[in-house]
Amino acid sequence: MENADQRMDQIIGRLLQSGVILAAAFVFAGGAVFLARHPTPVTNYRVFQGEPEELRTVSGIFHEARELRGRGLIQLGLLILIATPIARVAFSAVAFLYQRDWTYVVVTLIVLGLLVYSLLGGHGSG
Amino acid sequence: MALNTIEFTALLGLGALAAGFLGALTGLGGGVVIVPLLSVIFHVDIHYAIGAALVSVIATSSGAAAAYVREGYSNVRVGMFLEIATTVGALAGAALILYLRVSIISIIFGVVLLYSAYASLTEHADSKPEAGPDRIAAWLKMDGTYPGANGMESYHVRGVPQGFALMFVAGVLSGLLGIGSGAVKVLAMDRAMKLPFKVSTTTSNFMIGVTAAAGAGVYLSRGYIDPALAMPVMLGVLAGSLLGARVLAGARVKVLRVVFSGVIAVLAVEMIYNGLK
Repeated sequence: MENADQRMDQIIGRLLQSGVILAAAFVFAGGAVFLARHPTPVTNYRVFQGEPEELRTVSGIFHEARELRGRGLIQLGLLILIATPIARVAFSAVAFLYQRDWTYVVVTLIVLGLLVYSLLGGHGSG
Repeated sequence: MALNTIEFTALLGLGALAAGFLGALTGLGGGVVIVPLLSVIFHVDIHYAIGAALVSVIATSSGAAAAYVREGYSNVRVGMFLEIATTVGALAGAALILYLRVSIISIIFGVVLLYSAYASLTEHADSKPEAGPDRIAAWLKMDGTYPGANGMESYHVRGVPQGFALMFVAGVLSGLLGIGSGAVKVLAMDRAMKLPFKVSTTTSNFMIGVTAAAGAGVYLSRGYIDPALAMPVMLGVLAGSLLGARVLAGARVKVLRVVFSGVIAVLAVEMIYNGLK
């Protein structure tokens, strides 16, 4: 039991680290592309307008990133970043299942469900 | 003053680097300064500001948690159970943004910021009465061990309902303000649930990423996360916090903490003033 918990900790640690490194790499690459193509005056951020559709949805971001657009690549990196803790929770669910710890399988699945709901927009999405 | 995009990005990145560095050194976290930095100094709308800040919170928390988890300090069961409260809270907080005026959010942010500055200055007294086992905590198998001064030390967990309620509040603040609310999370585990301080701080850090991911998912789909703003902020805070963690051992943290808390207090007052104007 103790041993299984410790091994789980090790894997979770590595998972979190890899997610952050991968996310930072995409954000950095996207930033380089974006800056190379946009030496223009700064966008006005004083008034909130919201991002366009293609930078708000998972499918839109994947499409933009595949076209190698700077903003799309950055958003993909940020999406990977958001997915990292979610992957951690999903992994924990499997680990608790493996340990036959049913209470925590349920607890973990509730958290996972809430996170997926949030990625779909939560309350007040269009 | 008209900046071009490269200058603007460089300035933001440097500001975020400093915020991440000082945040890691003082234990306050970099995210909490990002919102006032963006809104007060760079005049960015608060929706974009909290979007960029929350993303950087995930980066630093996951980066730091990776190290702590492997050292065996954090209590994964306590963290996972309380994440139910923080994620529901974060979703509620993110929903609340739609119903609150920007000026109100700004004032709430200022007050929370003042509390964080105050909390970081008060010394922690680790004088816990030896707590016996607790029925709910025992049923949830929360009691654990951690590497203490004399090898592995075991501890009991108490006050699960109170901790759960406080965690909901921490989640609401996180989703509403784009911060990690580490201060409230530590309060819940250290004071209400009587966890050892080191376990509280590391488990809190571990939970911050999941709580922030719940808020960030909503922010992303609402269009609060602007790539051109989030890019320098996320990379800057991440690099700054990694540097800060390296320097931490030899630094005179006490003086720094006072200075940083002072800076935060000034920004907090500015945000409250802007909200009232």
